[in-house]
Amino acid sequence: MSLYQYSAPAAFYPVAGLLAPWFAWAAALCAIAGLWIGFGIAPTDFQQGEAYRIIFIHVPAAWMSMFIYVVMAFWSIVALAFNTRLSAMMAQALAPTGAWMTFIALWTGALWGRPTWGTYWAWDARMTSELILLFLYFGVVALRNAIDDPRRADRACAVLTIVGAVNIPIIYFSVQWWNTLHQGASVSLTAAPRMASIMLTAMLVMTFAAWFYSIAVALVRVRAIILERERGSAWVAGLPRLQRA
Amino acid sequence: MEFLAMGGYGFYVWGAYGVAALAIVVEAWSVRARARAAEKLAAATPSEDRGR
Repeated sequence: MSLYQYSAPAAFYPVAGLLAPWFAWAAALCAIAGLWIGFGIAPTDFQQGEAYRIIFIHVPAAWMSMFIYVVMAFWSIVALAFNTRLSAMMAQALAPTGAWMTFIALWTGALWGRPTWGTYWAWDARMTSELILLFLYFGVVALRNAIDDPRRADRACAVLTIVGAVNIPIIYFSVQWWNTLHQGASVSLTAAPRMASIMLTAMLVMTFAAWFYSIAVALVRVRAIILERERGSAWVAGLPRLQRA
Repeated sequence: MEFLAMGGYGFYVWGAYGVAALAIVVEAWSVRARARAAEKLAAATPSEDRGR
């Protein structure tokens, strides 16, 4: 019994199906709790008024947008190094969710920026590099759709993903490296957070919601991808659910 | 009503939360549809045809 046996699509498929609903429920519960804290308990910000409540989705979505890319790059490296099918499928399953998270981060950022900074958009380093992240996700999805042979598409997408990973530290450090309109981090791994603890709590609970949601959606999507690509094989034909269909 | 007004920032707050919620609903719905389509496709594919 080893964890490595789950690197086979046939072994991972039922596990993903078992786990996905639990992550979906965890996401829903965290979202309800986070929204309750964020709107019901957290007080009005003395500088930004109620507009600051946008950060409860903006920051989790922005974190997810970068983190999903890092995970995608990790699976791409594994896929290239060991030529394993499931790792490439995992990378494939993460790209659309990463794109959605990036879109949400950009959209909510614009709607927060207008009342707070006086503009929806500026070509500053943080926003521009986050926009490039969105285009990278689009590029990975488009590249896969352009290549008919899935195994060749795996390799091409893996290379593009790994090269594009250079953008992630640029996004992360952009507020330090350049003089940006976007403010520096209020919450970082190395220093005490510079925000009220109840606001921080709402943001962290929403971050867990974003995590669980992304995992749930990626698991359902990777199951679809496994079926799309492994159909015709004996184990897929033997799935009880398909024989009933 | 006061809650919906968000101290004058209602358009920005609900515009942000509304579109984010819509994005999540659309993604969740489309991934579900893809999973169902994949099951149908797999069920319709004969076992000896090793198409990927």
